[in-house]
Amino acid sequence: MPDATFLDSTELVLNMGPQHPSTHGVLRVILKLDGEKVLGADCVIGYLHRGVEKIAENRTFAQFNPYVDRMDYVAAVSNGLGYCLAVEKVLNVEAPPRAQIVRVILTELNRIASHLLWLGTHALDIGAITPVFYCLREREEALKIFEKYCGARLTTHAFRIGGLLYETYDGFEKDIRDFCTMFLPKVDEYEELLTNNRIWVSRLKNVGVLTADECKEYGVTGPVLRAAGVQWDLRKAQPYSGYEKYDFEIPTRQNGDTYDRYTVRMQEMRQSVRIMRQAVESLAEGPIMGKVGKVIKPAVGEAYVSIEAPKGELGYYVVCDGATQPYRVRVRPPSFVNLQALDRMVRGGLVADVVAVIGTLDIVLGEVDR
Amino acid sequence: MGKLLRKIFLVDLFQGLWVTFRNQHPKYIYTEQYPQERPKVAERYRGAPRLNINPDNGETLCISCNLCALACPENLIVVTSQRNEVTKRKDLTTFTYDTSRCMFCGLCEDACPVDALELTQDFELATYTREGQIWDRQTLEEGPKPTQYKC
Repeated sequence: MPDATFLDSTELVLNMGPQHPSTHGVLRVILKLDGEKVLGADCVIGYLHRGVEKIAENRTFAQFNPYVDRMDYVAAVSNGLGYCLAVEKVLNVEAPPRAQIVRVILTELNRIASHLLWLGTHALDIGAITPVFYCLREREEALKIFEKYCGARLTTHAFRIGGLLYETYDGFEKDIRDFCTMFLPKVDEYEELLTNNRIWVSRLKNVGVLTADECKEYGVTGPVLRAAGVQWDLRKAQPYSGYEKYDFEIPTRQNGDTYDRYTVRMQEMRQSVRIMRQAVESLAEGPIMGKVGKVIKPAVGEAYVSIEAPKGELGYYVVCDGATQPYRVRVRPPSFVNLQALDRMVRGGLVADVVAVIGTLDIVLGEVDR
Repeated sequence: MGKLLRKIFLVDLFQGLWVTFRNQHPKYIYTEQYPQERPKVAERYRGAPRLNINPDNGETLCISCNLCALACPENLIVVTSQRNEVTKRKDLTTFTYDTSRCMFCGLCEDACPVDALELTQDFELATYTREGQIWDRQTLEEGPKPTQYKC
């Protein structure tokens, strides 16, 4: 806690949220202010609590699958992948190669969609209105591919335990290739608007700094960690779903401020396109569903699987007691853990920076509260 | 001199207008005139449920196996049936589907062994009452009837 200023002013407590538009949902932040300086921030969460983990205990394994989409609803496909991988690990089955490739394509597409929504809203919070229209325009194309593939745009329910239910539609590969060629120049367009924009740079540089050591202490993952200079990406560190076959880089930056997190995410979108291109080329014919019975009834056991979701490490811990329903499902959501660093990041900053920091953490309250 | 000519011939203005007009091409128009023109949803779109009937004799395809009701995570399907003494099969009597609790996950249509229950491309599900959200067998077979607007 910084020392009181020489003015000896009294501390002002300010409520921000839960309806504040820049808290990206129903997050309430209790700010302690000294003038315009932030002395501390307390998060009040739970406004969107739906008891998803408890719901899991009353549903069969297949029935719980649509519920995971509703946690991080911006990146529903990644959530589905994490849950399916966890149950597959308990069942000791693996998705066939074709299913794995389609999964990679769709999760990377979802990463782009998630980052686009982040970029648009983050820029909107800072005061740049144009990027949000540009981003939503390109996100629409990604969502159209989801709709064509699995029939839903947001809560996709795209993957099933053991592989896929839906075979790719006619023209899927062409759609992905077209998206890739269409999308890369658009990233340049966003960068043209923002990267060297004086207002953007001065609002983001040296704001909400989180060093690598602090990131590790808080357990922060994802782009926030990589912006602090730690080269940690679960797609490389512990590859799943065949990520070891693709050639891509982990973008990192050194300063760990808001601007670096922006550049890391922009680079990640380019890398996602790179992965998608390689994956589409390697898409071969084959079965899409593994050997999973109609009734999923794993033996007694437990499994923890973590994947690199757009927001960070997303973990699913599934405990089975031999029944058709899980004994316990625990979710390790990246947003929940990343949000805990908010207090550290805003201390000593200004009120206006709180908005920038909440935006840069890329939280989704559906996932924080579950 | 060049600067002056640029000013006289309004070069910058026309450059700006060119950008505007370039984006007037119909393929850049994203606005949908919704009630008059309904958007085309994807083929696999998961919308309003439908209970298919056999087009030849108008009988339901449902065999009352209750698998959809068991597959549903929200337990919103209720199937009742009566044993037919002649064919020794179950005849469907009622089928209720509570669309107000449905999350359109598509597990019921996956479970259906005879392609009787299907999620269709209809997406206009709003009703004036909560009771109207609970669809009986007749509504499921006929499908929703949204108001049609003339252009």
